[in-house]
Amino acid sequence: MNFPIRLRPVFFVVVLLALWDVAARRQSSHILPGPLAVLAGIAELAQRGLLLKYIVASLFRVTWGFAMATVLAIPTGLALGSHRRVEMALNPMIQIFRPISPLAWIPISILWFGVGDLAAIFLIFLASFLPLTVTAINAVKSIEQIYLRAGRNFGLDQVQLLYRVLYPAVAPQLIIGLRITLGIAWLVVVAAEMIAVNSGLGFLIVDARNAGNRYDLVVAGMVMIGVIGLLLDIGMRSLERIRSMRWGYSED
Amino acid sequence: MSVVQTIAAQRGTERNGKRTTKLRTEGLTMVFKGDGADVRVLEDIHLEVSEGEFVCVLGPSGCGKSTLLNIAAGFLPPTHGQVWIDGEAVHGPDPRRIFVFQERGVFPWLTVEGNIGFGLFKLSKADRAGRIAHYIKLVGLQGFEQSYPQELSGGMKQRLEVARALAVNPDMLFLDEPFGALDSITRLIMRRELLRIWEAERKTIMFVTHDIEEAVQLADRVVVMSARPAKIQRIVEIDIPHPRDISSNRYLDLRDGIFEQIGLAHKV
Repeated sequence: MNFPIRLRPVFFVVVLLALWDVAARRQSSHILPGPLAVLAGIAELAQRGLLLKYIVASLFRVTWGFAMATVLAIPTGLALGSHRRVEMALNPMIQIFRPISPLAWIPISILWFGVGDLAAIFLIFLASFLPLTVTAINAVKSIEQIYLRAGRNFGLDQVQLLYRVLYPAVAPQLIIGLRITLGIAWLVVVAAEMIAVNSGLGFLIVDARNAGNRYDLVVAGMVMIGVIGLLLDIGMRSLERIRSMRWGYSED
Repeated sequence: MSVVQTIAAQRGTERNGKRTTKLRTEGLTMVFKGDGADVRVLEDIHLEVSEGEFVCVLGPSGCGKSTLLNIAAGFLPPTHGQVWIDGEAVHGPDPRRIFVFQERGVFPWLTVEGNIGFGLFKLSKADRAGRIAHYIKLVGLQGFEQSYPQELSGGMKQRLEVARALAVNPDMLFLDEPFGALDSITRLIMRRELLRIWEAERKTIMFVTHDIEEAVQLADRVVVMSARPAKIQRIVEIDIPHPRDISSNRYLDLRDGIFEQIGLAHKV
């Protein structure tokens, strides 16, 4: 078969769905749903108004946690990256905190903020803050000294140097860091919602299982998480196509 | 050795007696503190460059000629000695004298226009646009105003960087092996372009190279440096008017003289 290249992923998904359908029909227990049952589950959730509500709840938490982390982590990272001594002083602490999974903070965040949005937002913030800080530190450290010299040569003061040279020089790397971190944040929100709140896509999955083994709704939740994660990534990726950023990505 | 240098420096001063001194270095010495051993890079450099003069600093790779240029431009403080430009001590970079790196120095996040206009932030919008258009034409980048550096060839990027430097109307240019990364044909074209621009704008130019032919083709005077720690071995005056006939006897004499000075027989 000579399929047009663009249709190949579509073709592959269709084959996979068909296999899933066959497998679901052949199992004896009928606990795991087939693709049609999942589709019906999504429709049911939409009808009850839960789908949109949960999606909005999850996105709301990710947006706040991620945005706060971005606003704090990038200036922090840029400052640390350009002051070697401060970075050397703080680096061991960063390296100790970094391997602690954000999920390990769930008990403490519930203790501090109670069960609710704040606890979840705090977890997203924790999950995003250190990766973004480290990205910004590395971005500053790898900046071509030649650009800073040229900037100073043309008579720029410190503030102008910051926003006319330093910032545009690190922007492409920051965008990659933001993209990866948003992916992490999206992973963490689902886990946080399973424990710390009672709405959102993570809650949907746990709730559907607890309330009568509705595995069609469990898989429906999983599908929605996947689709939204993909859309978020596509959104961030589109930033990489801005013309003044393209030099930072090794296309050529 | 230092006697030879002093004589060379004095000869320069005598010759430049009629012209204004633009740049003067006094006992410039540079020592880089390494792990354990200190590295002496420059040794007691006395050099004078006149207003509007084109001086090439020639020496083997890694001899410290780039360090000399970086000190003169104010990017590095010397261990001993002082640089004077227009009678003022140099303590840092200044927009009146622009350093041109190899073509890597252009800002990849700005278009050709954005790069040329980079140093013109104090001008009004109309003045800036006029200046940009003038220098785009001077270096022959018409039609590429909105292009980004990654879309340009090496030679075009180099011309862009020269245009960016000239646009702020500096009275002195420091060029650090500017054509080193270009292929040999582009390099020849760029030399001719640089001379054309220099003749039109008469900036004082200090040009670092390890290419003997390049130095003899371009410079009024060639400052021949020794290996590290770099000292001035000799200063050779190139008294051939432009455009230079590179097969003339005078050219070949001067060139071969420098080859000998550096300890190379001009035979491959």
